[in-house]
Amino acid sequence: MMGGSALRIRAIAILSLTGLLAACGTSADNTSGTNTASAPGITATTITIGSTQPLTGRAAPGYSEISPASNAYFNYVNDHGGIFGRKITYYYYDDGYNPTNTASLTRKLILEDKVFALFSALGTPTHLAVVDYINTQKVPDLFVSSGCNCWNDVSNHPYTFGFQPDYTIEGKILGQYINQNLSGKKVGYFFQNDEFGLDGVKGLDASLGASSVPDAARQNYVPTNTSIGPQIAALQASGAQVVAGFSIPAFTALALLQAAKIGYHPVWVVSNVGTDVPTLTGLLKRFSGSAAGGQLIAGMVTDNYLPYSSDTSNPWTSLFKRIHDQYISTLPFDGNVIYGMAQAYTFVQVLKAAGRNPTRASFVKSLETTRLSGGPGFVPFGYSPSNHLGYLGVQVATIAADGTVTTTGPVYQSSDSGPIVQFNGSPSTPPTSGIP
Amino acid sequence: MRAVSSRFERLASPTLGRNLLLALGAAVVLLALSSQIGAYDDYNLTAVAIFAIAAAGLTVLTGLNGQLSLGHGALMAIGAYTASIALKHNHQLPVIVVLVIAVLSTGIIGILFGFAAARLRGPYLAGATLTLAVALPQVAFRYKSIFGGESGLTVTPPPPPDFLGADFPPERWLAWIALAAAILTMLLLANLLRSAPGRAFKAVRDNEAAAALAGIDVARTQVLAFVISAACAGLAGALLAYWTGITAPAGFTLALSLQLLTAIVIGGLGSLAGAVWGSIVLVFVPLQTSGMASRLHLPSSISDNLPLAIYGGILVIAMLVAPHGIQGALRRIFTFGRARWGRTPGGGQEGVVDWDDPASDT
Repeated sequence: MMGGSALRIRAIAILSLTGLLAACGTSADNTSGTNTASAPGITATTITIGSTQPLTGRAAPGYSEISPASNAYFNYVNDHGGIFGRKITYYYYDDGYNPTNTASLTRKLILEDKVFALFSALGTPTHLAVVDYINTQKVPDLFVSSGCNCWNDVSNHPYTFGFQPDYTIEGKILGQYINQNLSGKKVGYFFQNDEFGLDGVKGLDASLGASSVPDAARQNYVPTNTSIGPQIAALQASGAQVVAGFSIPAFTALALLQAAKIGYHPVWVVSNVGTDVPTLTGLLKRFSGSAAGGQLIAGMVTDNYLPYSSDTSNPWTSLFKRIHDQYISTLPFDGNVIYGMAQAYTFVQVLKAAGRNPTRASFVKSLETTRLSGGPGFVPFGYSPSNHLGYLGVQVATIAADGTVTTTGPVYQSSDSGPIVQFNGSPSTPPTSGIP
Repeated sequence: MRAVSSRFERLASPTLGRNLLLALGAAVVLLALSSQIGAYDDYNLTAVAIFAIAAAGLTVLTGLNGQLSLGHGALMAIGAYTASIALKHNHQLPVIVVLVIAVLSTGIIGILFGFAAARLRGPYLAGATLTLAVALPQVAFRYKSIFGGESGLTVTPPPPPDFLGADFPPERWLAWIALAAAILTMLLLANLLRSAPGRAFKAVRDNEAAAALAGIDVARTQVLAFVISAACAGLAGALLAYWTGITAPAGFTLALSLQLLTAIVIGGLGSLAGAVWGSIVLVFVPLQTSGMASRLHLPSSISDNLPLAIYGGILVIAMLVAPHGIQGALRRIFTFGRARWGRTPGGGQEGVVDWDDPASDT
């Protein structure tokens, strides 16, 4: 019944895409012709990708939503004809955030399931365990879900690509915000004592000046020890009026509760990773036995590179909400869902750009040479033959008492060592089909 | 002179001959097997060998000497970190050197901890070893420059030697190394358990006072059991570092110690073969269930936790069906068969089996 018109639309789409790519100087042969099994994990009708994720264990709260969200987006694409007529099959395995499990499950994906590429594998220690192996096997390793700058190592890991801005860039831009909007106030740090926190502090120091924050106002925690009373008391004693934080959601919540308990009310400026409002509100309620909640977050400053789940006016948020409601309505609609869907959308963009019958090498080359634009992010990606960093910057935002997040000021981009520059590109809107 | 010759006689006893023959047979079968299967199966076979070494060590301590350890994961961590640090300083170190260093360092820590453990009984010992399992990973966070903190230390798996050819899978080479280590460990432990120290272990487990009256130095026996057990854990830890490719605190949680304990109980407490059965369960059951979350169309709150629930279910059922573990069940079948053919071993009563004897079928 509708086959005829759908076919025609697809034919037109393919034709116009062919034209576009030809205009870009890419060989038109890439997109025309018939589907072949051009690489492991690719057949004429399917493309199989895989991931390791913390679905259970201490890293699971929040993060376990990312892969179902990506999968929901892939199912949406599959239900609308797939990519070059191929359906995407996504296997995600639970490694419980334990590198020993990651090592074995990644081999299962590559050797037994024969996936074409790894996608969105989550965690710094977990993925560090397998990144060498993945690269010796020459398997594309896209969009590692971690802000460690270790994924940007083109010479040793030519097949691995990051996704989110690294924590140093984020720290620099948050530091600049403090300089510009909270100048004259004493600043303190509260950070996780690992790559995440230390890279973030490196960025903050680059903007604020290392000497402007005394040692007494640099307080850290380890994620296995939840008693952070002494650190918060030390921050209060140091007279810090602004606390810049690189903490995961559970520790952001603990810090807010502890500060409220001792009557300490600084301005909190906290990394994107630790401030997803629905997650944070839930944790505050849980930790305080519902005595506290969203009111403690009011006035917090944070940043993002993707649209907020609460920003219903954003066309990307409404697209992702629509897919969420159709495929994974039992999960909360929060920043993790947006993150998973944004990764999946970007992956489909790369698949499109790589042409009809990609090999693993041509797929990676395409990601290095195609300028990905028109996606949900506020900032451009850094991908090039010499750079495997993902999003290059963030936009600062403030959280109101009712939990709505408002972006403030321009979007900034930077690199670990370069200056902060304003990004003037205008935000994009998703295609009406919702598929790149 | 006579002492020497009698010692030699004891060394060349039928037990040694039989164990050597068994080990050789196992080596031939496993070598053939590992050459036939794919790289991924070789990789899993390596995991079985690694966990079998650690579980065998724990069997000596818990099953045969009666000291409950909840901290074996931490001892594996010591072996793994020793190997990783040694390799960090010298990438070229041969595997055998790395393994020996790991065994020695973990053995030395085992002596220190063994002295403390020998003074503790029952729940107090469990508590002390539990402390080890919980506290040790924190050391890696505290001394980041040495242990690499949360992201740990990366380890490159040993490349296969050139004479095996360029296409020889590294997974198979690691499997051979781990299997050789496992067979050697089993051989040494099996001999040890059939000799005086092994009998002393069991005597101390069954009744300390009686053992002391029989002239056994109880504390020394307990320390010895702890050291042997720790050395096995150290060897397994070093191999695990090669196998995982990284040594990080997240790989050595309390769950690892509990898994090892599960393995020896489900395999058959007190028998080396049981340690092997338990390791097979430990490796393969989670692998079979790991894909469920993305393949079943269930709400993620259910499908995420289903593999753990199934694993738990299998443990419960296994303990109900075979309370003496897999090895116990096999032995019962074996004994039943013998009884039918009218040959009851050792003049024992029909149907009565010494569950705890590692080699009751002499």
